[in-house]
Amino acid sequence: MSYSKSKLSRRSILRGIVGASAVSVGLPFLECFLNGNGTALASGAALPVRFGTWFWGLGMDSEAFIPKKVGPDYDLPPEIESWKDIKQHVNLLTNYHVITDGKPNVCHFTGWVALRTGSVPITRGYYPGASIDVTIGDVIGGASRFRSLDCTATGNDRDSYSFRSADAINAPVTSPIELYQKLFGAEFQDPNSPNFTPNPNIILRRSVLSGVRDESASLEKRLGTADRARLDQYFTSIRELEERLALQLQKPAPAPSCKVPGPMNGKELNGLDALVVAERHRLMADLMAMGVACNQTKVFNMVYSISGASTVRKGLEKTHHTITHEEFVDDKLGYQPTNFWFLQRAFESYAYFIKAFASIPEGDGTLLDNCLIYAHSDQEFAKIHSITGVPMMTAGKAGGRMKTGIHVDGKGEPGTRLGYTLLQVMGVNGGEWGTGSMKTSRAISEILV
Amino acid sequence: MSDRYSIRLHVTRRVLGTILVFVGFGSNAGNLVGQSSDTGVEPPIMGGAPTMRLMDEQQYTNAISDVFGTDIKNTVRFPPVRRTDGLVALGATTAVVTSGALETFEAAARDIAAHVVDEQHRLLIPCRPANVKQPDDACAREFLGRVGRLLYRRPLSADELNVRVAAAQSASEKLNNFYGGLQSALSGLLVAPEFLFLTEATEPDPTLSGAVRLDGYSRATRLSLLLWNTIPDEELLRAAGAGELYTQRGLTRQVDRLLASPLRVQAGVRAFFDDLMVMEAFGDLTKDSTIYPTFSLKIASDAKEQALRIIVDQLVTRNGDYRDLFTTRHIFLTQALGTIYRVPVQAAGATEWVPYELSENDPRAGLLTQVGYLAVNAQPGRTSPTRRGRSLREVFMCQKIPDPPPNVSFTIIEDPNAKYATMRDRATAHSTDKTCAGCHRLTDPIGLGFENFDGAAQFRIREGNAIIDASGELDGISFHDGKGLGQAVHDNPNIPPCIVKRLYQYAVGRNLSKDEKPVLAYFEQRFADQQYKFIALLRTLVTSKAFYQVGVDATDKPRSVTALNGQ
Repeated sequence: MSYSKSKLSRRSILRGIVGASAVSVGLPFLECFLNGNGTALASGAALPVRFGTWFWGLGMDSEAFIPKKVGPDYDLPPEIESWKDIKQHVNLLTNYHVITDGKPNVCHFTGWVALRTGSVPITRGYYPGASIDVTIGDVIGGASRFRSLDCTATGNDRDSYSFRSADAINAPVTSPIELYQKLFGAEFQDPNSPNFTPNPNIILRRSVLSGVRDESASLEKRLGTADRARLDQYFTSIRELEERLALQLQKPAPAPSCKVPGPMNGKELNGLDALVVAERHRLMADLMAMGVACNQTKVFNMVYSISGASTVRKGLEKTHHTITHEEFVDDKLGYQPTNFWFLQRAFESYAYFIKAFASIPEGDGTLLDNCLIYAHSDQEFAKIHSITGVPMMTAGKAGGRMKTGIHVDGKGEPGTRLGYTLLQVMGVNGGEWGTGSMKTSRAISEILV
Repeated sequence: MSDRYSIRLHVTRRVLGTILVFVGFGSNAGNLVGQSSDTGVEPPIMGGAPTMRLMDEQQYTNAISDVFGTDIKNTVRFPPVRRTDGLVALGATTAVVTSGALETFEAAARDIAAHVVDEQHRLLIPCRPANVKQPDDACAREFLGRVGRLLYRRPLSADELNVRVAAAQSASEKLNNFYGGLQSALSGLLVAPEFLFLTEATEPDPTLSGAVRLDGYSRATRLSLLLWNTIPDEELLRAAGAGELYTQRGLTRQVDRLLASPLRVQAGVRAFFDDLMVMEAFGDLTKDSTIYPTFSLKIASDAKEQALRIIVDQLVTRNGDYRDLFTTRHIFLTQALGTIYRVPVQAAGATEWVPYELSENDPRAGLLTQVGYLAVNAQPGRTSPTRRGRSLREVFMCQKIPDPPPNVSFTIIEDPNAKYATMRDRATAHSTDKTCAGCHRLTDPIGLGFENFDGAAQFRIREGNAIIDASGELDGISFHDGKGLGQAVHDNPNIPPCIVKRLYQYAVGRNLSKDEKPVLAYFEQRFADQQYKFIALLRTLVTSKAFYQVGVDATDKPRSVTALNGQ
């Protein structure tokens, strides 16, 4: 199934009258209501599949992370022992490589860029294409209040791995209170509210935006090619906002799983201590999952830690990143003890994230069953910045299209095989994804239904 | 608005030089592009393309304050813009407005417009409607015309203003409220690309057939952004409209006026150094509370403000030598910062900031021995000589230090049983291992010179039981402590050319082309002649031809220069 971007003509939108009846707008999702038992849409189509990403920096300790068993029902080595309650939802993909074709392995960059865009960058700061969530969002994200929901547990508003290009990075939400206000603040329309009155201001807002589009169009003639493209992107963003506002003129489809959280207290969470990061992450994961359940977005991105993570621990003089380079590998354990500690915390938060989606009932299963969540890191072994075997996970059944609970050994294949698989499942792709040795047109059949 | 012609430009350097001699730019006939600036005359350049910058958060805030007053708060949030060649200002010229970003701009526009027309602020609107419940085109026209001109940095065309007035009228009718209609039209101005993007326009240059120049309003915006970090004020727009910015006399009058406003110039200088010194890093500045219990969040935020105050004090208030930034004893403290300096600070009056003169014996002198630089370029619980050294090289000396190789071996320092008495001992591996030494000899000797200041910038004589040795050399100049290092930086010949280059890039919003080397040399010479006063450098730059020079029109179409009369 694929989701086409809703195309609306101005005429069809602006038939409404302020303060009178709602404007009638035909949109693929809104005109469908749930069937009698809430397991599918009234039209018979399945509930929409949502796509999310989860990012962490500094890879894993292979001795403590990679299960001995390949296939279903894999064992949980110490670094991921926190996954015991979510293992059945998670596919773990190891031994997939990033192959650079001679381009430099730019530390804490090449690995994640390749797995996120399909292509190896030529230099630091160069993004060869859009991130996979944006590519998928272009197809499924249109008919939602937010095109995507981007959050970071680091508290830093520059930490985002969702972008159309290096010049078009999606700004992340950096605190739980800000996320609450964005999702459930004054402009939230409760999909389960028995009363619905279209907000007359929305029509006015839309006419302001369409006015801007009309009046500023001639600016394009006075620009060069590059700037014209930037202005086009601006107008596209205007149109997208108009479309999203149009949705808000219709009574939203009911969302039985949606339980609006109560108001949050504005707890101050500062810094990058692993426990503070975990708390920020926990609060934001809960809000994010409920935001998805309330149909506020179909695309969501969470950053637990940045590439080359600067997470700290009380009493430690160095950041996690510096630890990966300066800490010895314990001969008995086979890994770096403090690095292990930080990564265990990361994977605990990952488990929390997946649980947040798995604990919300939807249809005859859970919200997670109707999601596909892609997680990956920047390196395999951060100490030497290796990008052979960068760990990746998927979680969720994607509306029944994905198997879960399987450990797949990639045998050195390009890691883009997973991204290609995800694009196929989300109904997005053409024939292939990636470039050079990362180009692929082979899905990972072991995890497909 | 300016017209655009499509004429192919083929200008060789020799032709351009000849043209410039002909029109009197250079008194010396031999002063062609590519030669040195020994004569003290500004060498001509081709110039780059006009830019279309996305405004940044501070510029947006300043623009709103300037037009509507500081009472109108805004909650705008800007997306991350990439740092290109060391400056975010360059990333602004390629930045794109995503869906998510537009959403926050639209929300901020609505909020601001709602505040401007509310009952407490209506006195901002210069007229009253005949009937509050109905449209009033004349009043809407007066307000939107005035505000639109400031926000767009140029007068609105008749069409543009008519459309806005019609929008206000239509909304007023729907809402039965004049101010509601005005609010709606104003929110349109605030979300328009003409406001958010600082787009430069060109026009044919009447003094040089076939060439183009930045139009008056674009000059005004370039000037105002650099000196005040905001949109042009009414007087600057007037001068632009009257053609005064095309003449040296008219330009100088405006430059004198802008430079005569210390608070405004401080805003401009702050914005530049905030960008240059990557001050966004202060957002992540925390220290381990068990290792450095004194270091609080308040100290982290005060440290950034302290750095900016020292810069502004030295460069603007005192109009001092730029190089003295690295040796100055005039600093500022708050009570919180005082704990790092071990100085009791009692604020008096409205501000918590207290000027403080470091004594001649104090181990600190200069920006690089204050809290900000030392603490940001360090680990949570210890120093980082490499980061401190790299920051100096890259920020103040324009020297790029390459990334370490991916599989660098840390075996020497990761031995848990190794007993390194000091950081210098640990860092010895950097200088003895061949793979490491190449880059680390550029950074570590600098950073080790600051070892008397721990990871929280607190002064110390010992590390553990060992007395710290902070001696070293910087490009051949020896020093024996952080203060001496500051002097070595002051005397380093790379310091003035680097700030000139960075300021120029920041000002024109792009990287340099090869033909600009002579003009940079010219600016460097003027800088030296004027005792390295930063304000003088700003003045030289904004009164130069180079600052406004464009080699192509806004549509990138190459222009050609037809044969000159009589040539």
